[in-house]
This record gives sequence, structure tokens and C-alpha cells, in this order.
Amino acid sequence: MAKYRNYVMAKTIEEAYALNQKKSSVIVAGNMWLRMCGLKKQTAIDLSLLGLDKIEETEDAFVIGSMTTLRALETDSALDQAFGGVFARALAPIVGTQFRATATVGGSVYSRFGFSDVSALLLALDAEVILFKRGAVKLTRYQQEPWDRDIITHIRIAKGQRAAVESVRVSGTDIPVLVCAAARSEAGIRLVLGARPARAIVAADGVDGAQMETFEHIAGRTAFGDNLRASAAYRRRIAPVLMERAYTACREE
Amino acid sequence: MMQIEFILNGRKVSAAIEADDSLYSVLRALGMYSVKCGCETTNCGLCTVHMDGKAVLSCSVPAARCEGHEITTLEGMQEEAARLGACLAGEGAEQCGFCAPGLMMNVFQLARENPHATDAQIDAFLAGNLCRCSGYVSQRRAIRRYLSMMEVQG
Repeated sequence: MAKYRNYVMAKTIEEAYALNQKKSSVIVAGNMWLRMCGLKKQTAIDLSLLGLDKIEETEDAFVIGSMTTLRALETDSALDQAFGGVFARALAPIVGTQFRATATVGGSVYSRFGFSDVSALLLALDAEVILFKRGAVKLTRYQQEPWDRDIITHIRIAKGQRAAVESVRVSGTDIPVLVCAAARSEAGIRLVLGARPARAIVAADGVDGAQMETFEHIAGRTAFGDNLRASAAYRRRIAPVLMERAYTACREE
Repeated sequence: MMQIEFILNGRKVSAAIEADDSLYSVLRALGMYSVKCGCETTNCGLCTVHMDGKAVLSCSVPAARCEGHEITTLEGMQEEAARLGACLAGEGAEQCGFCAPGLMMNVFQLARENPHATDAQIDAFLAGNLCRCSGYVSQRRAIRRYLSMMEVQG
């Protein structure tokens, strides 16, 4: 279990950022995985007093606070309407309602969990990560960067997209064996593969009018790995099927 | 050590905590023995409590974060627990009873959010409450019975 000397409820984002510049500090978001990773830190920094748990709708986007829970994403009516219920469908298989009421979107995105359903969906939707110091960074880029000491304040998702998520799990609420998220925008359909088991990646962009051979080709050039849940070969075999399903669902939306 | 104050089952309480204490450990120290730790990996739902009216896993909520918040455990919902308990017993929906407090707390949340839940919605809502005895079918019957009873009582 994680061990801390001090626990600071940050009063401002500036205070949180200043404290987080020390290697002996860590930001606590949902605390679902952090508590289990056995790290020892001098200072734990809590962002829950900073009002970063809101979902705001602008004319062309949704701006989601980093401390917004997965359950809030799942049940938000405006998000549901704008994206055809994809958040509820994509997040429902994650453990249980109580887990999702505690886990946060910022925690998932910062940690770059390979198994993250939410990261795969956000990548497909071409989300932007808003960092306190650096400002807006595309998630496609942020996802591949090493952990740093900046703080995610918001996630921005442009409206006008349709998305679908398909996953395979050994059992219902387990970590996925493979996730495929697809999103349709004016640029075409983007396909993301997550739980490879490495970090989710954009497997193909601007796909249009694809056949099964196209998905097999995409799977063939994508790197997969082995873990306790499945082998790389198994993942490569099921990836075209998930991509075809997500692509079709997204096109038909 | 830090000192926190929060509302526990309608009463203001204070507790001396370590920086890395979880809400679960504080509740146990305060004598809330309905709250149990089953898995310590956020999967089993045994430690479910309500924080400001929302079901959360107390094993993952940092105790320091609870300052000023309202926490409810099964000890604070005894009337509702008796009603739901009767439904669970009536349907043979528990054997060892170890998971019952966490299950009950999440059923109360379900009753608030979706009082007319279908079987599929009940299953989906309670997916994070593991039970090794009941096989879930009898639990679903009991929850249906409880929701119907609550509907009749208004």
C-alpha cells in the first residue's frame, strides 16, 4: 500500500503545482491504483478542493475537469446526448458503479494505463489534455510521453463526433484483453487499440469504406504483447473483429 | 497525525488519522464494523459506504479527503437494512452474509437512482459487489422484491 508522510488538500492549483515539483510528491486523484502500487512519498497532494470535478459544455466542445469521476462521465446527460451514449457503454464494464464513482478521468489519463477503456475512447475522440503549465496538448502526443510533474486540469473533447467502443474481457468486470475504440469525424474514422497490453495507440486514422482485409492489415502492423490475460497472437487475431465491429457501429451511428 | 472532522451517520465525529489512512480504516476504528475489507484491490464492493449520498469504495477514499463530508454506513441505515435484509432472507439470497453490508449500501444507491430498475440494470449496477455464496440469482429476486416493496410504500 502507498505510504505518505503528509497529505495536503491543495487550496489552489498553483499550490498543488509547486508542491508537485518535488520528486517526493505525488498527486492523488481517484486513488484506485495509486494506493496499491506500494510507493512511499513524502507528500500526497489532493486536488479535490479545486473544483475540477465539473463537466462544462461550450459551443464546440466539452471541457471535463480532471477530478471528474468515470461515473459522472457515464451518467452526464449532455455528454450522453452529444456522443450517442458511448461513454455509458464504454465505461459500464469497468469493475462496478462504486469503483467508477471514485476513479477519475484525470487519474486514468495521467497514468497512461494500457488497460484503460477511457483512454482508448478519449484517444479515438482526439481529446486534448489541458495541463496547468504547458496548456493544451493532444492526447495522442501526451499518451506517448513519459510521466512528468505538470498537472492535468481538464480534458477537452470536440463535439460533432460519433464513437463506438468494443472490448473483450475474460470475465465481465475484469481489465480488458483488448479494446478497440472508433470515432467518426469530418476527417474520417479513427481506430484506437488499447490493452495491447501496452498503452493505447491510434492504429489507423481517416479510415473510409474499409473491408475485413483492411482491419487484418492494420492488426498485422500493430504491436501486441503477452500478459496473463492473453497472448500477442490472440490479440492480433481478435483485433480485426473488434475493429470491424467498432468501425461499423461508428459509421452507422 | 492529522485531525479530521466529518459527519458520520448524522453525527459530527473527529478522528486522528495518518496521512495515508483510508476512509475504511478510520470507519473501522470508529466501530463501524459493517464496513469490511474483502479484496483491497477495489473489486469486491464489501467496503461500500455513501459519501455525500454516493456509493464509493471506502478502501480507496483517502481519509483526509473526508474532512467536512457526510459519510453513511449501514449502521446509519438500520430501518432500510431491516427491510432489505428481510427480502434477502426471504429469497435465500445469502449464506455467509459477509458481502451483505456492501451489497445493501449499493442497493440503496440503486433504489435512489433507478427505483424501477430492470433485471439487466440491477445486474449492471451491482456488478461491483461480489458474492461467493448466492450465485446472484436469488439476490436479484430479493432486490426486485425490495424495489417493489419500496414502490408500494412510496
